[in-house]
Amino acid sequence: MSKNLIEVEGLSKHFDLGKGRILKAVSDLNFQIREGETLGMVGESGCGKSTAGRTILRLYEPTAGAVRFNGTDITKLSGGKMKAFRRDMQMIFQDPYASLNPRFTVTDIIGEALDIHNMAGSRAERKKRVEELLDMVGLNPDHATRYPHEFSGGQRQRIGIARALAVNPKFIIADEPISALDVSIQAQVVNLLQDLQGRLGLTYLFIAHDLSMVKHISDRVAVMYLGKMVELADSEELYANPRHPYTQALLSAIPVPDPEVEANKERIVLKGELPSPINPPSGCPFRTRCPIATEKCALEVPALVEVQKGHFAACHYA
Amino acid sequence: MQPILQVKDLQVSFQVRGGEVKAVRGVNFEVGKGEAVAIVGESGSGKSVTAQTIMRLIPSPPSIIKSGEIIFQGNDLTRKTDKEMEAIRGKDIGMIFQDPMTSLNPTIKVGKQITEGLIKHQNLSAKEAKEQGIEMLKLVGIPNAESRFNQYPHEFSGGMRQRVMIAIALACRPSLLIADEPTTALDVTIQAQILNVMKDMQKKFGTSIILITHDLGVVADMCDRVVVMYAGKVVETGTKWEIFQNPQHPYTRGLLRSMPRLDQKKNEKLIPIIGTPPDLIKPPAGCGFCARCDEAMRICEQVDPEVTQLSDTHMSRCWLLHPMAQEVKSS
Repeated sequence: MSKNLIEVEGLSKHFDLGKGRILKAVSDLNFQIREGETLGMVGESGCGKSTAGRTILRLYEPTAGAVRFNGTDITKLSGGKMKAFRRDMQMIFQDPYASLNPRFTVTDIIGEALDIHNMAGSRAERKKRVEELLDMVGLNPDHATRYPHEFSGGQRQRIGIARALAVNPKFIIADEPISALDVSIQAQVVNLLQDLQGRLGLTYLFIAHDLSMVKHISDRVAVMYLGKMVELADSEELYANPRHPYTQALLSAIPVPDPEVEANKERIVLKGELPSPINPPSGCPFRTRCPIATEKCALEVPALVEVQKGHFAACHYA
Repeated sequence: MQPILQVKDLQVSFQVRGGEVKAVRGVNFEVGKGEAVAIVGESGSGKSVTAQTIMRLIPSPPSIIKSGEIIFQGNDLTRKTDKEMEAIRGKDIGMIFQDPMTSLNPTIKVGKQITEGLIKHQNLSAKEAKEQGIEMLKLVGIPNAESRFNQYPHEFSGGMRQRVMIAIALACRPSLLIADEPTTALDVTIQAQILNVMKDMQKKFGTSIILITHDLGVVADMCDRVVVMYAGKVVETGTKWEIFQNPQHPYTRGLLRSMPRLDQKKNEKLIPIIGTPPDLIKPPAGCGFCARCDEAMRICEQVDPEVTQLSDTHMSRCWLLHPMAQEVKSS
């Protein structure tokens, strides 16, 4: 088995809203990402998956905990040292419209990353590198002088990928990279991400709410609920044998594009909605909607424990 | 079955600075009584324009109905005046939109937004309307309906707002409900709740539904028949069984192939549809899909495909289904 590239230990991010109110976006995350693997992270809006991604990259300063990249805890690094690590860790954003500067040409969008890290060299070298990156993500290098509005959504997402790749990163966090795209375009971008991973040996944290796509792309999948990780397993195992009642409900809620499957499916419809992360329930965060919750669940916080080899769940009854 | 809605050769264009965008280019379909019909297609395929034209929600200009008829309960809606449409909208045809926050008025209590239609269309007194409004909120599964009735939209969560939208749309018991991406902005567990509410309401009131969506999973769950649109045209229609188990148009097949499935083995590569949809300011002379179709023939670029009727319920517009193409293939 390959070594861990990322080790997350006790990572929390709490936002102070003033007047003594604390929003616990992410609490006590513990997991590792192995070199060359894709870890999928799923959950509904407000579960903390994006905050987790941003805190790992220190786009948000963590409230507690450590993030080790190749053994070095990056949460304690000074600005200058952190900058060196930023080359190794890049991000692809959800909205290909909002994450590209509309006043920059493609050359400048991608070139900016090269400039910041002094990787550009001469003007000609910079231009050559940008063209090489565009070719790598399947765009026409002749379009380097165009502006973002001249591209379609799928093409813009390719520009975002080229920008992330410009500094030769080892680790990429993709935060909902395909949810703004049409179905027929999503597959193009996902295939590109997989090709690049094979060619460049990248490690991914793939954050999404589309569980079928996460299953397709990930080696292992982590399920988040209300700021906590409730289950983590190999993707085949997680989908075949979900142990946490939330994961079970989440999987059964996805409509499958096959009328035969849909006609015979027993769907677990959860009652109620996500509680507020400002005032989360005591004990297990899921107990207010859980079909099998007992008194114990209100009193004790279930820890994320290994229920089977490589399969972790945070439930007293998993 | 007597259809309650027939759309015949509908063509809608938009006048923009760069020319005329031919958003809907000859659409035909019908909706039977009590039936749920899905319109699927990607952004720009004309599915929302079709729905909004039925409701007359797009101002003209910029939109122009170039030709076609929309026969609803025996009357052609394209010939109605704006005043006459006002009496139909909300009463005989209800609509739910994608984003429940922007489609509710944030400054008016939800109770008032529900009773507005009841008072206007059914001449109820304020008191009767309130009773019925609360009844509707209960039906769509809003707890504490009496106190919720006096709250503003921002006090509701996304899923609850969409329930309010359904309550408003169905308050006057319309015979047709148009739902434009009703669950796209919602999380999957909330989506499952909302789809259940829609199914219950359909059973209870016998409402016909047009569901516009890009999520084929929702289609398989909710609908009886499917209309597949591409580049402003209907490329295939059929029962959901015909569309999912025996898709005949290359676009439909491509769409189904490009989606990962939960019950699929890993490491199977997705098969994407290459390229992007055509620019409808200059729509192609032939088939709208041919630039992205890997089975395209020379005729596909030149002449728009004819309709091939495959069964009473199943039709597709593709030259590959033409008897001559079949002959060429087999020889």
